[in-house]
Formats: sequence, C-alpha cells, structure tokens
Amino acid sequence: MALLEARDIVAGYGETQILHGVSLVVNEGEIVTIIGPNGCGKSTFMKSVVGLVQVRTGSVTFRGADITAYPPERVVRTGLCYVPQSANVFPSLSIRENLEMGAFIRGDDGRARIDEMFGLFPDLARRPTARAGSLSGGQRQMLALARALMLDPVLLLLDEPSAGLSPAIMGLVFERIRDINATGVALLLVEQQAREALRLSDRGYVLSGGENRLEDRGPALLDNPEVARLYLGG
Amino acid sequence: MAAREVTQGWIPAFAGMTRGFGKGLPKGEGVGRGLRALRAAVQRLRATWSPGYAVAAAVAALFVLGFLPFVKMGLVVNGFVLGAIIATGAIGLTLIYGNLNFANIAHGDYMAMGAYVAFFVVTDLLAAVGIQGQGFGPFTFGYPLLIALPLAAAAVALGAVVLDVVVYRRLRNRQVNAVVMAMASLGLAIAVRGLIQIIWTGEKLQLPRESRQVYHLPMDIRIPPDSIFIAGLAVVLVVGVYVLLTRTKIGKAMRATADNPDLARVTGIPTERVIWATWAIGGGLAAIAGVLLAVFQAQLLPSMGWEFLIPLFAAVILGGIGNPYGALVGALVIGVSMEVSTQWITPSYKHAVAFIIMIVLLLARPRGLLGRSN
Repeated sequence: MALLEARDIVAGYGETQILHGVSLVVNEGEIVTIIGPNGCGKSTFMKSVVGLVQVRTGSVTFRGADITAYPPERVVRTGLCYVPQSANVFPSLSIRENLEMGAFIRGDDGRARIDEMFGLFPDLARRPTARAGSLSGGQRQMLALARALMLDPVLLLLDEPSAGLSPAIMGLVFERIRDINATGVALLLVEQQAREALRLSDRGYVLSGGENRLEDRGPALLDNPEVARLYLGG
Repeated sequence: MAAREVTQGWIPAFAGMTRGFGKGLPKGEGVGRGLRALRAAVQRLRATWSPGYAVAAAVAALFVLGFLPFVKMGLVVNGFVLGAIIATGAIGLTLIYGNLNFANIAHGDYMAMGAYVAFFVVTDLLAAVGIQGQGFGPFTFGYPLLIALPLAAAAVALGAVVLDVVVYRRLRNRQVNAVVMAMASLGLAIAVRGLIQIIWTGEKLQLPRESRQVYHLPMDIRIPPDSIFIAGLAVVLVVGVYVLLTRTKIGKAMRATADNPDLARVTGIPTERVIWATWAIGGGLAAIAGVLLAVFQAQLLPSMGWEFLIPLFAAVILGGIGNPYGALVGALVIGVSMEVSTQWITPSYKHAVAFIIMIVLLLARPRGLLGRSN
C-alpha cells in the first residue's frame, strides 16, 4: 500500500497558482526523487504536503489518513518530517538545543535519541554547544537532517539537501541519505543534482510547469533521452 | 583627494601586515611560537567578537572615562535604578517583537495597568480584609505591595494573552503586515489607558507610603532603600528570564520560534502556545516594571506607561531589536544617560535624551549595538 499519496494537488501563493494538479506516490521504504526545471513547483509541492502552503483542490493521504487540511504542527505528529531547502536550522540555538527542539513532541526527553544522532553524525557530537548559525553549510545540512530524524519519522521530505554544498560534502549527504533509508525510513527528495539523486532513488518524477511530466524507476529516468537532454545537461 | 588615496593605499598594506604576522618565523623557536599563539588569539577574538561588542565597549569606555569627573555619582546610581526599571519593561517588549515581529505600542500601558492593579490590590482588596501597612522595613511601601506584585503580574499576563486571542491572533490568521499589527496595538494602548481613567480617574494617585531615611554613601551618593529593592528585584527577574530562555523547554521553543516560525511549526513546536507564553512573560514583566516605576516616581498617573514608551523603545533598539540581552544593556545605558542629563538640563526633558539617543542610533547603526548582521 502507498505510504504517501498525493492526488491532483492544486496550490499556490495568493493570486498565483503554481501547482496545476500534481499526483505522486511514495511506497514504504522507498527513495523517490522529484526533478524538474526551476520554478516548476517542486518546493511548493513539498510545502503543500506538510501544510505550509494550503492545498486548494486535491488530496494528500498519509498512512491511510487524509492529511490535506492538517496544519504543519499536526502533520509532523503523523510521522512525516520535513527539511526545508534553506533556513533549516535554528541559528541562535546550539546544536544540542536544535535537536531538543526536534524532540519537542516526543514522549520522552529525547536524550537517548540525541545520542543516537551524535553516533550517526559524529561531526555534530564534537561541539554540541556550538551555535547552529556558526556551522558550515555541510554541518548545517547534517544538523537539519538529524533534527528531522529526532521524531523517528516514517517518511522524510528533503528539499534540495545538496544545495550550496561542495561536491565532496554533497557526496557525504547522499551517503547519509542512503544510511537513513537503510533503517527503513522512506524519503522524498527534491534535487537539482538530478543525476546523483536518481542514481540512489527507487523511482523518480519529472515535474514541469506545475504538472506531472514523467514518472519511472530511477535508473530508467536516467537513461531516458528526453530527461537527459532537458535536465541532466546532455 | 590626496588624503583619500593615502588611506586607500595604507589600509590594504596594514591588512597584509597583520595577515603575514608571525607566519614566516621558524617553527619551534620560542618567539615564533609565542607570536603564532598571539596571532591565533587575535583571530579567535576577531571571529567571536562581533563589531557590536567593540562599539558597545568603546561607547561604555567613553561614557565612563569622559564624563565621570564631571558627573554626580548619585545621578549615575539613580540612572542604574531607572535602567533596571526600563530593562524589566524592555526585555518583554523585545521578546514580543522577536516572536510576533511587530512593535507592541501598548506595552507602556500594560505597565501602567500593572501599577494600577497593584494599587487596587493594596488599597482596596487587601485593605478590605484588614491587610494594611506602609513603611515595611527600610522601604516606604508596605508589605501588602509584595503580595500585590505577583497578583498584578498575573493579571496583566492573563490580560495580554486574552488580548492576543481577541485581537492579535485574528489579525495573525489573516496574515496582515507588521504595520497593521502595530496600529492595532496603538488602538489597544489608547483603550487600556482609557480603561484606567474610567476606573481610577485621571488624578494623581499614591501607593500608601511612609517617609524613610535614605542611605548615605561616600562620594555624596544618597540611595533611597526603595531603589535597592527595585534594582534587586530587576536583577532577580533578568536572571529568571535568562534561565527560562536557556534552560527550559518553553524558553528554548521561544527562541526557536523567534528564529524561524515556519521551521518551528514543521518541527512540531506549538507556536500558538509559545506566543501565549511570550505574552504572559512580557505582560507580567511589564506589570512589575509599572509597579516599580510607581514606587520610583512615588506616584501613579494614567499616562505613566505611555510616556515610558520612548525609553523602552530606545533600549530595545540600542540593544538590537529582538535581543533580550541587548535590551538589558540598552536599558542601563538609556537609564544612566537620562538621569545624568538632569545635571545640566531640566528633568522634564530627560525623555528627550532617550529619544535623541534612539534617533542617532537609528541613523548610525540601525541594527543596534549588539545586533547581528542578518
């Protein structure tokens, strides 16, 4: 059964409509990537799933429940966590405090989970009292991932996790994404680095102009000549 | 013209000198190691000290060294007491700004309301059940005021939350901009002051008080015992706010929400509850500041809070809007400036001093002395 199912999502900001009916499915344990040109509505789609952008028509179903009208603070309680593209940590809080905030709605104090996160991201364990605003881009991205993992999500939504990172750090982030997936967490990614993202994805979607364009298995999309010409640079 | 060329030529040269400082020295030699350590220390200082601290330190040093010989120390001490009252109000104001992103113009009138609620508790409520008194220990006021303080804080805290639900939350849900929010708070400011005038009239009122000896200290410093109470309570409250913001879950959530409300929501932080907590703390602090101001000025007037808005905002802006620690520093600077100015100008103009500092600062360094660059 599908874990997340978005059907004919129409959404936008104020007068402007950005999504004109986007449908997408993520199954349990899958990595799914959305690619597409700038401004095609990838980020808006993510935001409408988590409730930051209001869905005008269409529906979002997660683990069998209709979460279309849920506000973000309620969506996160269903086991769906989201990492925005930029501004994805609390800059004036320390690394540890960021993780504590990630655990805000956990039943326990989250201390054991924080230690697990420090094990998964040893870079963060080195200076737990450092202000998040003082971290490098890569460390910040790791902290954002760790913060979202604090709630043991079933599905993790990552909006351009590689944005603004050097190729080496980018590789590390993709490696972590693979590790996270290996623990059974499903992932939905939006990526500019389409080639790397599709390589580790089970399936991929191509959006264009706020509509579905193509849908296929990750490697198949990589081999698709149209995708290659349009989005992979030749 | 020529002068400019010279400076342009000099500054990069100087920068180059400091960059190379200690670099070419042989490894392992005592002098070289020492210089390298010095260079590392300078770099660490540069990295951790924002220019704000340097400016703040320079201003403070100038202040102390330049004016000290000409200033009556008594005024400086008085200024710190006034600064403590400003800080108690300004910390709440800056927290509200940080979390809700608008200037709460009603904050001064929340202060006045706090003072009047305390007055009501002392002269009506407690007096009716036979609890009365003035001249508690060395202080002019009676111990009933100590009971009235937390009650006034609780009442104004509750009132601030109710007004958020009735007014501000509705506007928030319509996603109006900060100007509309500030105008709504201006309306509430007038309404709260009107309510005070309806209930307690516009006349000058006084808390029950008894004259007390002031303490005489060297250097011709005279401190009324009340001032020690005011400063002491302000210190306790500031420490309390610090502990709240850094040690408690709700305090950390307040800082997180101030950083990025959308991220707070997708993290699962109940931002509406955080906003209520911010109002309750800001309102409670305002009420206590109002009571302390009533003790300091030895009178209550419906306009006492409204007139106090300028020092409050001056302190908030001086410290960098949204930064509670900055507001504390700003409040002390403003308080001392206002009091010390009365040595040369009429005391009724001392609010103008706060206003002038605020304007100069807005022109020269709009993000405040301790404000961060983004």
